[in-house]
Amino acid sequence: MSSTVQTHAPHAHSPHEHSGVAHAAEPKTNYLTANYGWKSWVFSVDHKRIALMYLFTIAFMILVGGVFALLVRLELATPAGDLLQSENYNKIFTMHGVVMVFFFLIPGVPAVLGNFLLPIMIGAKDLAFPKINLLSYYVFLVGILLTLTAAAMGGVDTGWTFYTPYSSTYANSQVALAAVAVFITGFSSILTGLNFVVTVHKMRAPGMTWFRLPLFVWANYATGLIILLSTPVVAITIVLVALERLFHIGVFDPAYGGDPVLFQHMFWFYSHPAVYIMILPAMGVISELIAAFSKKRVFGYPVVAFSSLAIAVIGFFVWGHHMFVSGQSTYAGVVFSVITMLVAVPSAIKVFNWVSTMYKGDVLLSTPMCYAIAFLGLFTVGGLTGIFLGTMGLDIHMHDTYFVVAHFHYVMVGGMVTAFWGGLHFWWPKMFGRMYPEAIGRVAAALMFIGFNMTFFPQFILGYMGMPRRYHFYPEEWQVLNLVSTLGATLLGISYLLPMIYLPWSLKFGKVAGKNPWGAKGLEWEADSPPTTFNFDKTPIVTEEAYAYPEGARHQPEAKVV
Amino acid sequence: MSSEHSHPHITPIKIYLAVFATLIAGTWLTYWVAYKDFGWLNTPVAMAIAIVKAGVVVLYFMHVKWQSKLTMLYAAGGFVWLLTLFAFTLQDYFTRSWLPVYE
Ligand code: HEM
Ligand SMILES: [Cu+2]
Repeated sequence: MSSTVQTHAPHAHSPHEHSGVAHAAEPKTNYLTANYGWKSWVFSVDHKRIALMYLFTIAFMILVGGVFALLVRLELATPAGDLLQSENYNKIFTMHGVVMVFFFLIPGVPAVLGNFLLPIMIGAKDLAFPKINLLSYYVFLVGILLTLTAAAMGGVDTGWTFYTPYSSTYANSQVALAAVAVFITGFSSILTGLNFVVTVHKMRAPGMTWFRLPLFVWANYATGLIILLSTPVVAITIVLVALERLFHIGVFDPAYGGDPVLFQHMFWFYSHPAVYIMILPAMGVISELIAAFSKKRVFGYPVVAFSSLAIAVIGFFVWGHHMFVSGQSTYAGVVFSVITMLVAVPSAIKVFNWVSTMYKGDVLLSTPMCYAIAFLGLFTVGGLTGIFLGTMGLDIHMHDTYFVVAHFHYVMVGGMVTAFWGGLHFWWPKMFGRMYPEAIGRVAAALMFIGFNMTFFPQFILGYMGMPRRYHFYPEEWQVLNLVSTLGATLLGISYLLPMIYLPWSLKFGKVAGKNPWGAKGLEWEADSPPTTFNFDKTPIVTEEAYAYPEGARHQPEAKVV
Repeated sequence: MSSEHSHPHITPIKIYLAVFATLIAGTWLTYWVAYKDFGWLNTPVAMAIAIVKAGVVVLYFMHVKWQSKLTMLYAAGGFVWLLTLFAFTLQDYFTRSWLPVYE
């Protein structure tokens, strides 16, 4: 086997290396054991270690955002605003949104799974700019620290969208600090996006042509493009808000000749593409999971690859669908409404192609696949309700109601978060060399599906009946549905805590995983588990397309019993 | 591929000075035209000067002139996207007055 060739030690090996089995006791080092001590982590430029630092940081932020979510749902369990005052409720849902969007949903899949896997999947030793990768992590950390400082100093009450004039003329909380935090965090994303784009262009192993790339790589490449083209705009927007406040240059404030709706244009020019920054990498994960657990090539591979690019491009021209009732011209609204219908097409293509991939495949309902299938259903509901909202006339009724809240939780939580858990389980043995416990994994996935639908489906009904978002009291007749939602949220919370317990547990007690516990295709499964520092002992040469499962491939019989 | 990395382009000082002179001249020109009245052309004239200045910076200071076609494509892509931001935002501002106003 080629893995015995040690290219990183060019000097002659001592002859006793060949003396046989006795040396099996001396295990080959991997990226986790290559060196020790805190310095070997905080100054590491190894994409895999940086991915793990992101993983732990983001896991912490999920808990922080989760506490805010818990407070929101507790408050809404009763019609009266009894737990929190209005001002505090505003701050709680804002902090929930800011933390979840900027510190989990956007970086989650690319910074953790993407950082870890992208170089391995294309047969490279690392990303193109390892030091920039480390920088992106520290920039991210600074953003987090500032956000938490803003929270500790009294929080922000504008909503995660920082609309003017809440964030300018009428700002009465730590808006400036939080805006600086978001500004800084944006650069972390830009650095990651840049790294991914350059890496995919420049670092592919010999034979790894564009149409042999795994779809996860395509998705992250498309995401990198969106990040590079959109994130600077939100940064500039924040700078403009600051300039206006400091020097009274009229941009957003009518008192100086500005227009508050311009803020929404600029914000959504970033933030609608940002929703695809959240979902595209997640879709990449789903492609990998469905192929591996159906033992088939993803149906219509090139179409799925191009649909990522199509989403990246069309996603830029629909932002006005967030502004139908903002005072935006109706004519512009019609244009945005029509283009919104178009962006759903490539998303739907992906869903159809995933389902077709499963058709007549040998589908194995392991934990990651359970998450993937849950994703299909939840994302479809989320995407289709997006079409409702994109219909201008209908949105006048639904805008700023719980229908919108339900829509975006179906796509972001049902979509991105579900894919994140699925991907984390799938690649867990690769990252740490240990299997997670399968039975409880499936229980967690099932509980997630039930809890999620209980939480968010009632919100569609509430929204349709007219319950506005961002208020903490409501008429009594809506209490039953709100209670169901709060109970569901409790189940959902438990289903997310379970892996946070059993995954760390498995690091010590899990079954040791081989190179390829799933019998899956892909270069990452040819690297060791956990991989060595430079991923491969020899640069791999790629000779086949992605997912080259033989016709009628089946799972190992022992895979079925788990 | 590797040659691109190991031999970074070295721009002669003369070019830098010429670019610097162009930028200063452009700034003076902007200042000068600000006191002239070209009617509706006021903004386009100022923008044209600014675009030339930005172009020189991108091409020479940022070395895009000596990069691969791919890099140029990316640099151009950024500007195309900026235009879409303007165009799609302006379609709102330019059509707001089309709506009838009911008293
Ligand atoms: C599949 C196509 C999609 C369509 C057609 C669509 C359409 C829409 C529309 C029209 C709205 C505005 C509703 C309103 O405020 O009245 C909206 C809101 C939203 N959507 Fe989507 N959406 C889609 C996919 C997604 C995805 C994939 C995500 C994220 C992963 C997402 C996240 C959001 C968020 C966060 C909001 C609310 C923002 C806010 O006001 O706070 N959407 N969507
Ligand atoms: Cu949108």
